Amino acid sequence: MTPKRQKRLYIILAIVFGTSLAVGLTMYALNQNINLFYSASQIANGEAPTDARMRVGGMVVDGSLERSTDSLRVSFELTDYENTVKVVFTGILPDLFREGQGIIAQGKMDTQGAFQADEVLAKHDENYMPPEIAESMKPKKEVAQ
Amino acid sequence: MIPELGEFALILALGFSFILAVIPLYGAATLNTLWMDYAKPLARAQFTFLLISFICLGYAFANDDFSVQYVANHSNSQLPIEFKLSAIWGGHEGSLLLWAFILSGWTLAVSLFSRGLPLDMLARVLGVMGIIATGFISFLLWTSSPFERYLPRFPADGADLNPLLQDFGLIVHPPMLYMGYVGFSVAFAFAIAALLSGRLDAAWARWSRPWTNVAWAFLGAGITLGSWWAYYELGWGGWWFWDPVENASLMPWLVGTALIHSLAVTEKRGVFKSWTLLLAIFAFSLSLLGTFLVRSGVLTSVHAFASDPERGFFILVLLLLTIGGSLTLYAFKAPNVKSESSFGWLSREMLLLINNVFLVVMAITVLLGTLYPLLIDALGSGKISVGPPYFNALFVPIMSLLALSMGISGAARWRQTSVAGLKKQLLVPAIISLVVGIIFPFIYGDGFNFRVFLGMTISTWVIATTAKEFKDKFRNANSITAKLSQLTPSYYGMMLAHVGVAVVAIGITLVSTYSEERDMRMAPGDKIELADYQFEFKGAKKVKGANFTADEGTIEVTLEGEPVVTLYPQKRHYTVKRSMMTEASIDAGLFRDLYLAMGEPLGDDGAWAIRVHYKPYVRWLWLGGLFMALGGILTVFDKRYRKKSTGEVAHA
Repeated sequence: MTPKRQKRLYIILAIVFGTSLAVGLTMYALNQNINLFYSASQIANGEAPTDARMRVGGMVVDGSLERSTDSLRVSFELTDYENTVKVVFTGILPDLFREGQGIIAQGKMDTQGAFQADEVLAKHDENYMPPEIAESMKPKKEVAQ
Repeated sequence: MIPELGEFALILALGFSFILAVIPLYGAATLNTLWMDYAKPLARAQFTFLLISFICLGYAFANDDFSVQYVANHSNSQLPIEFKLSAIWGGHEGSLLLWAFILSGWTLAVSLFSRGLPLDMLARVLGVMGIIATGFISFLLWTSSPFERYLPRFPADGADLNPLLQDFGLIVHPPMLYMGYVGFSVAFAFAIAALLSGRLDAAWARWSRPWTNVAWAFLGAGITLGSWWAYYELGWGGWWFWDPVENASLMPWLVGTALIHSLAVTEKRGVFKSWTLLLAIFAFSLSLLGTFLVRSGVLTSVHAFASDPERGFFILVLLLLTIGGSLTLYAFKAPNVKSESSFGWLSREMLLLINNVFLVVMAITVLLGTLYPLLIDALGSGKISVGPPYFNALFVPIMSLLALSMGISGAARWRQTSVAGLKKQLLVPAIISLVVGIIFPFIYGDGFNFRVFLGMTISTWVIATTAKEFKDKFRNANSITAKLSQLTPSYYGMMLAHVGVAVVAIGITLVSTYSEERDMRMAPGDKIELADYQFEFKGAKKVKGANFTADEGTIEVTLEGEPVVTLYPQKRHYTVKRSMMTEASIDAGLFRDLYLAMGEPLGDDGAWAIRVHYKPYVRWLWLGGLFMALGGILTVFDKRYRKKSTGEVAHA
């Protein structure tokens, strides 16, 4: 092997090694930080884990919003037209949050079966429905109609 | 009538771009000067008709022509005129028209500022850009024409522009960003032209460099503006969300950063040629991918206002053709590319290569995090999202390593450098930055903090090594002023951009560590204290704007009894769209921002949910971003880019 070739080989080996290290770390970080999406029915059926962070999405049930009088604590129910799940959140709700609107909450299930959200997302277009919600509700809505 | 004229102009532009895509390229392949000469006038014609088309759409907006669907959906007679005009790119169809228009603008610019460029090179570059334009204008005409009518019955008034977009940010952010995205098409076209002609020398790098630097600068400025806009407009004080669409703009920027450095080495040393070509191809491909992600609605994102699978499919095909076609060409032609010199293990070339690898690895990790949810979904294994912790976990270490080797590469010499020499150069900056890193958290914060230590050390490192390098330029200079004017604009640009990196890093570190925020229920007369500031809520009243009504809160801010400022955050209700919008009120400063936003009214006693933020050094994020962009622009003013270089081509 000529010295030039040898040098090239080392460079390639270094790049391959570096890249695989990066990819390995990336996959590790990815697995630690993905949030699975669950619908209200999946939670009712006990499919959702109780200790992991996840996302839950659905429509806010009309008349379910309750506000605490002395703090920013709110609770509301999310439905996929089959089951509902209670969501508890402390903080300021997004502008587009309202009853009857599709939203996504991020957080954990607590032991009482309520979802403790640390983030509530409503999309910025009132006609827009997050694809996850649309899909999780599709079969049920047809039954309901 | 006017909208039809616009559509017709668009069809004519498509015709010209198609001819531009065929004739000059064929002429270059057969060495037919006459056919190559067509490139310039065709570029001009294409630009003219896209300009007409663009003006026609602007005319429809300005005159409230609600028989045009796009205008009816994105405007309203009550909308202030500046937003009517910027609503041109407030939706899918119009922003694509802007895309095509900017592309034709870049094409025109290349045809105008190319006196040093050999004719066949120019013909090829413009031809490749013609191919891209053909793809995009067809996309516009077939799937998303902004000129379609609501006939015979059209609405009396428009549906109004999304309130989030009724802002100065919309006027400047998309055009800047698109200038960057589309600007990489020039770098791409130069790369393809080099592959086609087989000529890839220092002269080629010199032609391609200013275009790439400018595109990179625009993209950086666009991202910076977007971050600033999101910060004040979305009402919750975040400045980067790792949202798929943000990632879509960050990826080409990262690869573009690698590209401008690799191009510099190609020009100066004649190495890294194939790598440069590959980066140019990827930078533009990622720009297209960004357009695809934003426009197809495949990802859940704040930017996904509307989605249409057919459009997504069209862009996907365009994307696959671009990447597939250019990589095939690359596979056949790149092996012929020869390096013109060699370099040692420890040299500036090698360090720049390492920097390049870091940047590309970062782009790949962002790409992975962005596309992973799509991949999992396509495999049918559930709906997931990848959270910011993933990106932060990778971004911080990779960028720290990058900053470390940035400092070293500035001190290293081309070709070969010695460890002893590097030590001598870097010892003082290393000590300074470690000391600053250790002391800063004690002085500014209340104790040692590893994140602050890391952030401040690497930022100081970058600044100190840059300053040292700058100072060393004067070691043998007789007169400082003479030396100052002797240094090229691109050298100053580089210094400025590198300092910008450090300024951004300081901003990120400090704002993400020392920010304080509270969401509070506040009745009139309530006070809270945050970071030594006192905030007193005086109550809210109704106010009226051009196309909205609002509840406006009054909050007095004092610091140790002294009044600082009175802030008026609003909760707006846009009457036409019937939607709510939070308008934050910000007291901006170089060292801290006070950020107030209103949530919702609570109860009968006039109480509101109020969000109070104290954000130290948040402005540094955007300041640093602007430094980098300005640095990129400065590089273009080098004299060597303007001199006629045909004579040098042969031996370069």
